[in-house]
Amino acid sequence: MAFTRKQLGIPYALFLLLFVVLPLLVVFYYAFTNGSGQFTTENFVQFFTNQKAIGTLVYSAVIALITTALCLLIAYPCAYFLAKGRIPHGAAWLLILVLPMWINFTLRLTAMKEILSFLEGNLAFHPFLNTIIGMTYDFLPFMILPLYNTMEKMDHQLIDAARDLGASDAVVIWRVMIPLSMPGIVSGVTMVFLPAMTNYVVLDMMYNSTYIMGSLIGSYFSAYNWHDGSMISTVLLLLIGLMSWISKKAGADSEEGGAIL
Amino acid sequence: MRKRLTATVWLMAVLLFLYAPILVLAFYSFTEATMIGQVRGFSLHNYVTLFTHEELVGIITGTFGLALVVSVLSTILGTLGALGAFYSRKRIRIAYDLANQIPVVNADVVTGFSVCILLIVFFGMDKNTYLPLIIGQTALCAPFVYLSVLPRLKQMDPRLYEAALDLGCTPRQALQKVVFREILPGMITGFMTAIMLSLDDYFIATYTKPAVFDTISTYVVNATKGSQTEIKTALWALSTVIFVAITLVVVISNVVTADRSGEEGAR
Repeated sequence: MAFTRKQLGIPYALFLLLFVVLPLLVVFYYAFTNGSGQFTTENFVQFFTNQKAIGTLVYSAVIALITTALCLLIAYPCAYFLAKGRIPHGAAWLLILVLPMWINFTLRLTAMKEILSFLEGNLAFHPFLNTIIGMTYDFLPFMILPLYNTMEKMDHQLIDAARDLGASDAVVIWRVMIPLSMPGIVSGVTMVFLPAMTNYVVLDMMYNSTYIMGSLIGSYFSAYNWHDGSMISTVLLLLIGLMSWISKKAGADSEEGGAIL
Repeated sequence: MRKRLTATVWLMAVLLFLYAPILVLAFYSFTEATMIGQVRGFSLHNYVTLFTHEELVGIITGTFGLALVVSVLSTILGTLGALGAFYSRKRIRIAYDLANQIPVVNADVVTGFSVCILLIVFFGMDKNTYLPLIIGQTALCAPFVYLSVLPRLKQMDPRLYEAALDLGCTPRQALQKVVFREILPGMITGFMTAIMLSLDDYFIATYTKPAVFDTISTYVVNATKGSQTEIKTALWALSTVIFVAITLVVVISNVVTADRSGEEGAR
């Protein structure tokens, strides 16, 4: 036998080590060193004691929270109606709903931007509102898909049973539907929240000159400031780690990535 | 009945939100208008510009060329990775899964920046070789191929491979004739996902691309900052062309898979 089957994975294992794991280690290295290569935590101390930097962190968190909440509010009923079969040909409608995510997001944002310019006269009047609209428009399909996938597998008889046993609509939603669809909610939230904190292209295109966390990396990159750029990346990585840990605890659908098409 | 109405109205409102901008832009791309709301005559000049403007044509072919290279690489690497992981011990498989998950959950800004730091800053690689760009996008796309091939392997009947060996196949033949056939649909899904991710990517390209090269994403972001109306409205045409193309791809691929699952059901 020339090779064993598990050896087939060696090229990919090397690729992951070299170009996925190693870059993160180098980012950590740069985050904890200064220009002359000495170990320091100064980069972090400066970030967390600087009011403007903390303001950016809070601003991104606010944008991400509002965007995620809006996406959830819009997507949840959609996914439910389609999964419950209240609309004929649910699967086909789902396809139509998520199709826009295959169109280049900068082109979709251009479209939204032209519409908003027409409606508002000048985009610069409502930068915050336009950012929220732009992000919701961009990320909505990513919320609908995992919600639908979970709700399709959900046992809808449990909802009927709760009703038969006398639960009100509110109780059914709060005590039965939401717990049952939790894996989908968690997957959807993780797919929307992080991009909403980091995707500064939406802000750029909507003429919102306020920074979010991603913009900081962009501006440090333009200024060749690798140490502070790495520091911000590390802060974001910690956040990502935390969110992944929470979503694992909450039992998110782990196959989200493979199920996009 | 009222419930059905609520559902329909809600769905239609969401569809309007998602599609109105694209469709309105598509409508105006066929006129002389330079802004939404202007009433101008029918014209194909945006489409003529799109396919004759040297810079635009270069960007479109460059973006698709890059996507093709990245997707082929991703499909090969991701598939091999899934095979290796599937046939390895549990502990090693978990290590694969973990590393593979990093680019999937990571913010694209961080992925792009970290690849740039490693290859360009740390190793001093030349951006103009396109290698950092190709590696960076492959690091983003290959994990999605891995994720779409692995479930296929899990669903496969392991006895098929053993049977092939018993019937005289070499391990290589068994892989080619039995396993490959089983995972092919997963590879195709993964390949398509990789194409789409590469076409959509802005952040990795920004941090790793040669200065003279632009993808559709990086070009659109820069173009919208300027005020060249000729380019601006030609991009409306590009958006329309891509929308139609994607709709066709999605419809065709779904009709094909529906047919195939119909066949399998009939067997």
